[in-house]
Amino acid sequence: MSGSAERGVPSSRRHWRKPPFIANPLLRWGLVVGVAIYAIWAISILPFDLDRISQGMTRAARIFSGAFPPNFDRYELLIDGFLESLQIAILATLLGLALSVPIAFMAARNIAAKPIYLIGRAIIILARSFHPVIVAILFVKAVGFGPVAGILTLTLYSIGFVAKMLAERIEEIDWGQVEALRASGTRYIGVLQFAVLPQIMPRQIGLGIYQLDSNLRASAVVGIVGAGGIGSTLMNAFGRYDYDFALAITLVIIGVILVSEAVSGRIRRNIG
Amino acid sequence: MLRIQNLVKRYGHGEPVLRGLNLDVAGESVVSIIGASGAGKSTLLRCINRLVEPSEGSIELNGLELTTLKREELRKARRRIGMIFQGFNLVDRLTVMENVQCGRLGYIPYWRAALRKYPAEDIERAYHLMERVGIAHYANKRADALSGGERQRVGVVRALMQQPEILLADEPTASLDPVSSRQIMELLQNLSQELSLPVLINIHNVAEAREYTQRIVGMRFGKLIFDGAPADLDQEAMDAVYSGTPGEERQQADVGPAQAQAVVS
Amino acid sequence: MTLQTTTTVAERTWARYTPQQRWKRFATMLVVAAAVVWAVESIDIIWPWVWDAPAQVGDLFGRMVPPDVSNLQAILWALVETLNIATIATFVAVFVSLPIAYIAAQNTTPNRFTLWLGRFILVSSRSVNTLIWALLFVAIFGPGVLAGIIAIMFRSIGFLGKLLGEAIEEIDRRPVEALEATGASRAKVVLYAIVPQVIPTFFAVSVLRWDINLRESTVLGLVGAGGIGVILQGAIDTLAWQTVATILLAIIALVILGEALAAWLRKKVI
Repeated sequence: MSGSAERGVPSSRRHWRKPPFIANPLLRWGLVVGVAIYAIWAISILPFDLDRISQGMTRAARIFSGAFPPNFDRYELLIDGFLESLQIAILATLLGLALSVPIAFMAARNIAAKPIYLIGRAIIILARSFHPVIVAILFVKAVGFGPVAGILTLTLYSIGFVAKMLAERIEEIDWGQVEALRASGTRYIGVLQFAVLPQIMPRQIGLGIYQLDSNLRASAVVGIVGAGGIGSTLMNAFGRYDYDFALAITLVIIGVILVSEAVSGRIRRNIG
Repeated sequence: MLRIQNLVKRYGHGEPVLRGLNLDVAGESVVSIIGASGAGKSTLLRCINRLVEPSEGSIELNGLELTTLKREELRKARRRIGMIFQGFNLVDRLTVMENVQCGRLGYIPYWRAALRKYPAEDIERAYHLMERVGIAHYANKRADALSGGERQRVGVVRALMQQPEILLADEPTASLDPVSSRQIMELLQNLSQELSLPVLINIHNVAEAREYTQRIVGMRFGKLIFDGAPADLDQEAMDAVYSGTPGEERQQADVGPAQAQAVVS
Repeated sequence: MTLQTTTTVAERTWARYTPQQRWKRFATMLVVAAAVVWAVESIDIIWPWVWDAPAQVGDLFGRMVPPDVSNLQAILWALVETLNIATIATFVAVFVSLPIAYIAAQNTTPNRFTLWLGRFILVSSRSVNTLIWALLFVAIFGPGVLAGIIAIMFRSIGFLGKLLGEAIEEIDRRPVEALEATGASRAKVVLYAIVPQVIPTFFAVSVLRWDINLRESTVLGLVGAGGIGVILQGAIDTLAWQTVATILLAIIALVILGEALAAWLRKKVI
């Protein structure tokens, strides 16, 4: 081969290190040490009680032996719970879709005036910050146990998601159509109705189907804090140590979620 | 010494792609394999290191029968066979050095591979080879930051790092511009002599095959129908290898890789 | 013959396309309307409560003002606990999900059995909500942070494993082929050809899940599984609405900060 090899290679040529991901050594080691300290601290303050874990194992054995086989005897209760969940999901989705349209318009930078834009964004952020279960617990306190609290919760939940996506869609609409209508002297509301709305409708339908699916899932959860639906049925079964019935409910929830996910995915593909 | 006897490859129950092919490659020669798309060139090359499992026949490399090897033996045998690919087949997100060291993966223990603690002599050898092909200054760059010609050089060095007893090149220039393409062919030719290494090249571009190799093998329908020096490849032989193929492909086989790329991709 | 028949049918369908679409729309509307009527009519609602709801909600908010910050220290501590639950659980789940993603991806799974095992684990983890997992683990380990961490972990494994498995299925096959050709063992091929290709997704998905887990950790306490939810439940039960307001504000701050950090990490790392 060429001459350079025979001339002996400097020692640096015998070593190679992968260039570090973070070039600055101070920052790199600072990060490593910081993460390590946090990890040790976070794990050390865990109330890690071996005694309780070993007790837990026997309790787990009891729960699982109580849960098998799943008990479908009270299927009427189960079906009622599900129908209620479905009702909650449908009504909350429709309310959410309807309410999210004006809020999305408020929160679209290219349509709304600055102060209105900020209000719209604030509503969306607020609706998205809270887990539906927290919202549900507040509504349960305000309007009592039952499906009303569930509907209100999931409506808010739907607004948080649908209005956000819709606002993003509005911000990227084809501006030419809007200008064409403006040029012909149409009023502001007219512009929204004829130039903006047709452009966002397909998206809204897709979002609606997605949201129906996701509300159905969520309705199973908010029921746990008393907002109606199958979640309440599950919580009651758990509270009465009816683990076999609880397992039956859980299995049905899983089944319904899988089916609903498949159906919603197929419909959205057909539309999209 | 590579000896292929009676090689048959059949995918599923379809027509065989290779039909009883025989080929001997001795010493430090560069052999070009030409033929229309679908003639079985790529399958032939992949049968040698068993990326594709041969259906029948025997392949012997320096006395070792390759077709019957079991997993661990096959791995050991593959270390002795370097391969260069049309699409370079580098790991884009790794540095050039890591890509090059991939050629040593069959030799080094797992912890060295995982921690990137390559043996000093491997690093030395890598620098040496990278310098030889002109990419040493890219050692710490990510592979996807390089141009096509440079990437193929990384591919060549990776194969050479294996200290192979034979080099297989599957359309090594088909994704390159004409200038890089000639450089790579020249490089393969020179390396074959320097390292006394037999090199087997699948190639679309007959002009390049003529210029850079001492022996040309023509394939058609899974069989060898031409075997000779570039000077022996006359119009009649060309017709035999390419007859019946679309005029377009004929033409690009004669012209050059720039057009070839359009057809291949 | 058959070919011809299908052509004419297709043509006829094509000619009818617009009316069919109109009919479809009408049918969809009808289904939606029927669903609403059914839902409204048969749902178990005491309507006077509904009409009363705005006033009740307003009243509730009225009682929350001004927020009471006397418990701030306890609330902040609970926030830290919430953060720890989310972080530890995400961290562990990420590593547990790796081998599951590996066996649940079609191109890396060793055999059919492992493929189905992997998919079964992912589906069962994903379809059970965190809170339901939490209910189970609180029943097993008793109330506390541990139950919360395990619940979040169990739910995250399915999410992470599914997305990582999809990333593995989408990798470029060619480097894998090249490394197999060098005689590298399977484990080394995974390390050099698959891992580098999956790493960006790995980071993105982990950060995304951490963000989601932060939100989920805020509610674990409502079923007794630790975090700020425990204080929230306590405050609600004692009708200390002004404290509730402070807790809610603290949750908003935590979630927004978490989202900002996640966005920053995404931009920085990928």
